[in-house]
Amino acid sequence: MRLDQLPLKSPARIASIDWAALVPAEARRLRELGFDVGLAIEALHSGSILGRDPIACRVGRMTIALRRAAASAIAVEPA
Amino acid sequence: MNPAPLVALAGSPNAGKSALFNALTGARQKVANYPGVTVERHSGRSSLPDGRPIELLDLPGAYSLDPASPDEAVTRDVLMGAQAGERRPDALIVVVDSGNLDHHLRFALQLIALGIPVIIALNMIDMAERDGLVLDAAVLAAELGVPVIPTVAVRRRGIDELREALALALARKPVPPPETIEPFTTVQRRARAIAARAVVSERPARQATGAIDAIVLHPVGGVVLLLLMFFLMFQAVFAWSEAPIGWIEAGQGLLQKGFTHLLPDGFLRSLIVDGIIAGVGSVVVFLPQILILFLFILLLEATGYMARAAFLMDRLMARVGLNGRAFIPLLSSFACAIPGIMATRTIDDPKQRLTTILIAPIMTCSARLPVYSVIIGAFIPRRDLGWGVGLQGVVWFGLYVAGIVGAVLVAFVLRKTIARSANSGFLMELPRYQMPRMGDVLIGLWQRAWVFLRRAGTIIMGVTIALWLLSSYPQAPAGSGIRQSEYSIAGRIASGLEVIVRPIGFNHEMALAIIPAMAAREVAVSALATVYSIDATDEEKAQQSLGQQLQGRWSLPTALAFLMWFVFAPQCLSTIAVIRRETNGWKWPAFALAYLFGLAYVAAGATYWGAISLGL
Repeated sequence: MRLDQLPLKSPARIASIDWAALVPAEARRLRELGFDVGLAIEALHSGSILGRDPIACRVGRMTIALRRAAASAIAVEPA
Repeated sequence: MNPAPLVALAGSPNAGKSALFNALTGARQKVANYPGVTVERHSGRSSLPDGRPIELLDLPGAYSLDPASPDEAVTRDVLMGAQAGERRPDALIVVVDSGNLDHHLRFALQLIALGIPVIIALNMIDMAERDGLVLDAAVLAAELGVPVIPTVAVRRRGIDELREALALALARKPVPPPETIEPFTTVQRRARAIAARAVVSERPARQATGAIDAIVLHPVGGVVLLLLMFFLMFQAVFAWSEAPIGWIEAGQGLLQKGFTHLLPDGFLRSLIVDGIIAGVGSVVVFLPQILILFLFILLLEATGYMARAAFLMDRLMARVGLNGRAFIPLLSSFACAIPGIMATRTIDDPKQRLTTILIAPIMTCSARLPVYSVIIGAFIPRRDLGWGVGLQGVVWFGLYVAGIVGAVLVAFVLRKTIARSANSGFLMELPRYQMPRMGDVLIGLWQRAWVFLRRAGTIIMGVTIALWLLSSYPQAPAGSGIRQSEYSIAGRIASGLEVIVRPIGFNHEMALAIIPAMAAREVAVSALATVYSIDATDEEKAQQSLGQQLQGRWSLPTALAFLMWFVFAPQCLSTIAVIRRETNGWKWPAFALAYLFGLAYVAAGATYWGAISLGL
C-alpha cells in the first residue's frame, strides 16, 4: 500500500521509499526530516473542505505535512 | 585584551533555539546582517558564572550541514570557520527538542563531529515529559561523549547549569573540522539507536497536540476557525486601538498647543507645529494598530498555529502555483512586507519564492492603514447596514479583499509566465503546540515598535520637514489669490506629475502627496496634513480635522481612486530595497516597481471612471 492510500489512524510502517520518483529538493527534505525504511508512520489528517491535499502524518514523534503526490512515493505496510 | 569567547547556538527549526538565546542574553541583543548575503546575524552578550563575558551568536536554524538555503549556508560556514568576518566559535550549544530526540540528534551528531566543544541543551524537557516521554540525560551524555543539560528555555530552567557547563567547555580548544563526513543514513540510524537507549519510558506521542489538532485541522471546523481567527485579528486591530490612539492624539494636541504658546509666530513655530508635530504625529498615531497586528502574528507563530494555517491554506495556494509555506510570509505582509519578504527564505523553490516576493507588497500592510483610515473616515458615511456591520467596515474589508484578489491573480500569471517551475510540493513539520512566554513575545513586539518609531523619527520626519520647506517656499505674494500649495517648489513639481495622474481623477494636492509617500506610505497622510495646514487660515486649522478639510475639496470618485491607488502602488522604497537585497540585483525590484505602478494606475483609473459613471 502507498502512504497516500493509507486510511487515517491506522498505524503502519515504512516499507520502502522510491527516492527517484521524488523531486530532488523534496527527497532531500524528506530525508532530513528522518523518513527512513522501518519507521512507524500514521496518517492523521487529510486536507479539508478546500481539497484532499495535503495530508499530515505522524512519523516517529513528529507530525509532518506533505502532499499526496509525494506520499505516493512511500510504500507502507500495516504495523 | 582578547575578545570575549564566541559561543554559537545551533539547532534545527522548532528546537526552541531563539527562546534559549533570549534566556541567555535577555534584551542585550544586536541584529545585523552577514556581509554579502541577506541573512540576519543575531548576537548578544552574556556571562559565565564567574562573571567573564561571552558573546553569543544565534545561528540560523538548519536541518543539516548540507545547505539548502542561504541561511543554512551561513550556519555551515560559521561552524567551519569559513564565514567572512566571523570568528570560528570557541564553543557550541546544540539545541535539541527532547520530544523529537531521534530526529534532532542526527544533526547534533553531525555538529559534534566538527571539532568545536559542544554542549547539548536538551530543550523543552517539560513538554516531552508531559507528552509521556522520560529521558535519561546521563545516558545520553555518556553515549554522545559531551555534556547534556536539560533545559526549558521558555521557563528559564536549566540556564545556570548551561552557563556552568559552558565555562568548562571553553577551557577546551576547538580542533579543525574533519576532512571526511559520515554518510547521512549512517548518522541517522546511529542517532535513532542512541535516542532509543536514552528513553527511560514512553507513552504514545503528542496527546495534547493531537487533541487540539483534531479541532484545528478538522476538515470543516479548522477552516471556519481559521477565518474566525482572521476576523478576530482585524477586528482587534481597530477595536483595541481606539483608546491608545486617543491618548497619542491628545498628547500631540498638547504639544502643538504648548509650542504655539512658547514660540513667536514665524518660521520656527510653523516648522515645528505644522511641519514636525503634525507630520510625525499623524504617523505615530498608528503605532497601536501596528503593534496589535504584530502581536497576533507573533502569537500565532509562537504557539505553533501558523504551521496549521499553512497546512489548511496549502490547497488554495496550490491553485495559483504556490504552496502552504508561502502563506506565512504573505500573512506577515499584512503587518509589513519587509519581514514578509525576508520570511520567504523558508520557501525552497526559487521561482515560488520569487513569486511570493513579488506579490507580498500587494498585501495590505499596516502603513496603508493611516491612508485608508483618513479617507474612509472622511468620505464613507458611518451607515449601519444591520447585524452590527457598518458601511465603513465593508469598505475596509473590500480594500483588503482587493489586495488579496490582486495578489492571487498576479501570482497565477507570474507562475504561468516568467516564474515558471515544476510544482515542487509542500513539506512541513507541524510543531507541538506550546504556551508562548509573554517576555519573548514582548521582546519581539518591542523590536517592531522600535523599528517603526525609528522610521517615524528619521525617514518620516526628514521627509516631512523637506516637504514642509518645499511647500512653504517661495511664498505666494500676499493678496494675489494664488494658493501657496501651487506656488511653492513642491507645488510646481506636483503640477508636472498632475498631468499624468489627472486622467485617473487625482488633483494637485494628491499628486503632491504621492511623491513623498515613496519614502513611506504613511507620509501621504502627513503630506496632505502639511499641505492643507499651510494653505489653511488659522480659523480653519482650529476648526477642522484633516478629514473634514478633505471632504470639502475632494469628490467621492477621487477619494475612491486614491484608495485604490494605495492598494497597489509600490509606495515604499524600503520594500523595493529589500526586494533588491533578496533577489540580488536590480532586475526584480525594477520589475516590481513597473508592474505595481501600472496596476495602481489602471485600478485607480477604473475606480474613478466607474464611480463617475455610477453617478457617485
